[in-house]
Amino acid sequence: MEKVLLKNIENPNSADVNEYKKAGGYSSLSKALGLERKAIIEEVKKAGLRGRGGAGFPVAMKWTFASADPKFPKYLLCNADEGEPGTFKDRPILEKNPHLLIEGMAISGHALGAEFGYIYLRGEYPEAKNILNRAIKQAYDSGLLGDNILGKGIKFHLAVHQGAGAYICGEETALIESLEGDKGQPRIKPPFPVNVGVFAKPTVVNNVETLSNLPHIIEIGGDAYSKIGSPECPGPKLYCVSGHIEKPGVYELPMGTTLREIIYTHCGGIKGGKKLKAVIPGGATTPILPPDKIDCPMDFVNMPKHGSMLGSGAVIVMDESVCLVKVCYRILKFLEHESCGKCTPCREGTGWLRNILERLESGKGADGDIDLMLSVSGNMMGKTFCPLGDGAASVVQNFLKHFRPEFEEHIKDGKCKFK
Amino acid sequence: MLSEAAIKELEELRQKYPNARAALLPAIYIAQREFGWASPDAYEAVSEALGVPKAIARGVGTFYAMYKHKPMGRNIVQLCTNVSCMILGAEKLVDFLKNKYGLEPGGITPDGRFSMVIMECIGACGTAPAMLVNDDFYENLTEKSLEEILGKYK
Repeated sequence: MEKVLLKNIENPNSADVNEYKKAGGYSSLSKALGLERKAIIEEVKKAGLRGRGGAGFPVAMKWTFASADPKFPKYLLCNADEGEPGTFKDRPILEKNPHLLIEGMAISGHALGAEFGYIYLRGEYPEAKNILNRAIKQAYDSGLLGDNILGKGIKFHLAVHQGAGAYICGEETALIESLEGDKGQPRIKPPFPVNVGVFAKPTVVNNVETLSNLPHIIEIGGDAYSKIGSPECPGPKLYCVSGHIEKPGVYELPMGTTLREIIYTHCGGIKGGKKLKAVIPGGATTPILPPDKIDCPMDFVNMPKHGSMLGSGAVIVMDESVCLVKVCYRILKFLEHESCGKCTPCREGTGWLRNILERLESGKGADGDIDLMLSVSGNMMGKTFCPLGDGAASVVQNFLKHFRPEFEEHIKDGKCKFK
Repeated sequence: MLSEAAIKELEELRQKYPNARAALLPAIYIAQREFGWASPDAYEAVSEALGVPKAIARGVGTFYAMYKHKPMGRNIVQLCTNVSCMILGAEKLVDFLKNKYGLEPGGITPDGRFSMVIMECIGACGTAPAMLVNDDFYENLTEKSLEEILGKYK
């Protein structure tokens, strides 16, 4: 497949505006500025583009809602807060291809009638911050951002807003709170951000990878784009693969490539030829899968049918040396730390689950602990404002669904045999 | 008090937003840099510069992990121990830092050279285990490379 998102990144100066233009960059922006707003949204709809942040929401639908709202100004926010453990897919775009994102945002801004955009960048990417700021300045200097883009009388301003180390700010309403200068605690919906978002104005929040697809959609048209990858969920997809794998990294492949192909065809299989024990396919909070369940097409539509989720496309591969009780404990420790504290079931539940898992891992598990974890997680599911609580409950439920004997063994033996 | 340069920087930042409150997060970063940590004086300065009540500035600031609410060493070792780093040996590196430098998670060396913070995924999972020292990424760490890298920070 021809590279779209990681195109030209081998060029050491790929982040420079002139190098980007040489490779055909910003021609889609020029084309898009000559199109009616509705026509751009129509192309995105034909393309079948879904949000790449994790939820897979149809982009054109979100855009249509925000466009229909009569309030102005409208805002376009880029979610560059990739914090889901295992996820590093947006980093190559931010660091090596920042103009692709800027072009995508300028096109999207025009389509939405948004005159202001922010890139909410996670605090842990200091290098990306410098690169983005430099790229934005170049874009202003070249007339690609500002009050009169390419002399066509269209206005779009863009700035980087640096987060400060809070996983929850990847959730769009928490991101908005954080951008407004508040704690990153999710808001109840409705109202949805498309109507009442940042500064109480209609707001679209899209992920880095999502927005970076826009130049290609405008270039080849929605119909041609929709032929890439899964028919139900088209486009190129960045999969980031880590853990016990021969060739870890970020891979741009057609959406719907199976997990098995990703691991064995593209990434060279399990590190050192060892045996696969488990895979977390879409970032730490997506349901874990055992080795016999990896023939699943990695897209937003098919993964739920195979018992997991695409999430952020962050594949974490684990060989037989890994203790899954420990991994489960580590994920819950993370979620306890990152729970914003607003909803009681999540704030308390994550702590109790971590507590029980810590007990199991240190050999002090008691009979009934597994049922207790199922009870606690059952009391969290569906009872919180945002998906963090559900994610925490689902991690425990899915580890137990596929690997319960390992948890039972920890209790029976009173120790972790992997230590 | 913030330096004149910092006040100017903050003024420029302020122009990016429709109101002063939205500049709070970047303002705390600037104050933290000026004061060495997000100290009570740092919050006082932020509050004055933006016209945001001190209690609100501090309330917001303490929600976020990257504002440091105690004095830090000259260099901050930020080691990731989340899943991808953990299964590739990050915990051994934690032990190594403890044995070699007397550096505990959340702690500081007596000479003030290093502070250590355990990070929750820094987006370097494909090159795990990884860390940030101040603003610099270091990846595919081993005990040997960790020692060499830290040697560069005085």
